[in-house]
Amino acid sequence: MNTLDQLPETLKDHVVGVFPAGLQPWISALLAIGALCAIFPALFALTTVLERKILGRIQNRPGPNRVGPAGFLQFAADGIKSLTKEDIVPRNADRLLHFLAPLVVVIPPLLAFSVLPIGRNLVALDLPETGLLFFFAVGASVEVGVFMAGWSGGNKYSLLGAMRALAQLISYELPLILSALTVVMLTGSLSLVAMVEKQSAVQVAGLHAWNLFTPWGVVGFLIFLTAAAAEANRSPFDLPEAESEIIAGYFTEYSGFKFALFFLGEYLGLFAVCGLGITLFLGGWLPPFTWLNWIPSWLWFFGKLGALIFFFIWLRGTLPRLRMDQLMQFAWTFLLPLTLINAFVAGLWHFTADWNVLFRWALSAGLLAAAYVALSRPFARAFPRRTYRFAP
Amino acid sequence: MSVLFVLLAGLTLGAAWAAVTLRNLVHAALCLIGSLAGLGLIYIQLDAEFLGLAQILVYVGAVAILIVFAVMLVRGTEPLVGRLSTSPWLGGAITVLLAALLLWAVSKSPRLRAPTPPAPTVTVKAIGQQLTRDYVVPLQGIGLLLTAATLGAALIALPRRGSNPPSTPP
Repeated sequence: MNTLDQLPETLKDHVVGVFPAGLQPWISALLAIGALCAIFPALFALTTVLERKILGRIQNRPGPNRVGPAGFLQFAADGIKSLTKEDIVPRNADRLLHFLAPLVVVIPPLLAFSVLPIGRNLVALDLPETGLLFFFAVGASVEVGVFMAGWSGGNKYSLLGAMRALAQLISYELPLILSALTVVMLTGSLSLVAMVEKQSAVQVAGLHAWNLFTPWGVVGFLIFLTAAAAEANRSPFDLPEAESEIIAGYFTEYSGFKFALFFLGEYLGLFAVCGLGITLFLGGWLPPFTWLNWIPSWLWFFGKLGALIFFFIWLRGTLPRLRMDQLMQFAWTFLLPLTLINAFVAGLWHFTADWNVLFRWALSAGLLAAAYVALSRPFARAFPRRTYRFAP
Repeated sequence: MSVLFVLLAGLTLGAAWAAVTLRNLVHAALCLIGSLAGLGLIYIQLDAEFLGLAQILVYVGAVAILIVFAVMLVRGTEPLVGRLSTSPWLGGAITVLLAALLLWAVSKSPRLRAPTPPAPTVTVKAIGQQLTRDYVVPLQGIGLLLTAATLGAALIALPRRGSNPPSTPP
């Protein structure tokens, strides 16, 4: 069990040991960077195929099934196709910004992976003071890339897409960060490694104390998932690139491999924010029960990541797209107040640690339920239940 | 002075210079973002991780985006034609005077002559405690100011009474 669990670390130590002592820190850093830059893009390749297959299954059609066994080499065909396509730059485009924008979109998520604890002792860059802040600071740079892409094309549709994307990113960043704040409050640290360690406490029947198993954790996780879908431009919040309205939004004017880079950046962003959600609320690399410890920790992390990605694909196959005003109203009148109330409940949870468990649960859950009912009433009035009548 | 510091300082100053002199508003805004990010990187290089990352999060993530948003909403992005400044000599004189004043004030500071104290290890926890205990009144004051500014902006954006209502379908 332990050897398999620590396999990536031991492998790295063996490889680093080959080199002279002066080079070792550099080789160690390069290996970590190389692994991150290989694993997550590979996951992206797999996800594109799986997403199309699952969406096909939801819509009652086969999906890609021609290239390779059961269509699983489709990503290679797509990659070669996008590499061989002509790279078209519009005559009115701002050439430098047009070239830089895909890079600015792809690099931040790759940086963000470096602070995520993927397994026990398996984190590329452990920042004990500022781990979470690093993640959000790096993520904020994506917005600059989105603006550059939308503006440099010289196209009205891409500028519209960029404006939608920026408005959405700013609005949903607040609930995202504030829902992560509850975990910071309860952990007392910004370090992502410390957050996982805090959740490794054991409750009844060998159950690990995941943050999901508390009232504020459930609500915080749901808010986090909603905001994460919006941050990653996933359906039902895919307005910035709505194909049926503004073609592809801010990357309308991109073709060939640059287009593929935007695609890559978007999926890497989704993986990063899912990885953060796992670390904050789903116990990181921890199994749910102590007696499941024999499964390697990094397998737990990637299993949870796969489950969350599947959830987002499922969501995409199920929900229709929101309208811009609905998107804004939802963020500012529902999600943000609920997040603030959730932060208050998390504080209450912290200060009532020595109370009766049942009473503590009832108080917190009751407060959150009351807030939910009160905040969702305007929506119930604005969107009454529709009744459909069919021709006889 | 390490090589890294020279590189970062060059990035910050060069981007700041470009932000002032470029004629295209969007390029200027992007260079301003580069300058702000370079400042954040200098903080990180000086071992002030928290401050540097907060600088990047706030300035690159929020303030800069508000600037480009305003640029997109308010005016066209055609490059400016004509002179950048109405009186470059006056501006230059003011800049030189101000820089001389600052340099003089800094050189007079007793801190310069005191021996360099050992670098303190400031934890995020200590910063948080300072903000919520010793400096809680200034913090709340700034919060009040920002709230007032937001309310004012919303008030300006509200449709005026008596003006044409938004067109409604017949």
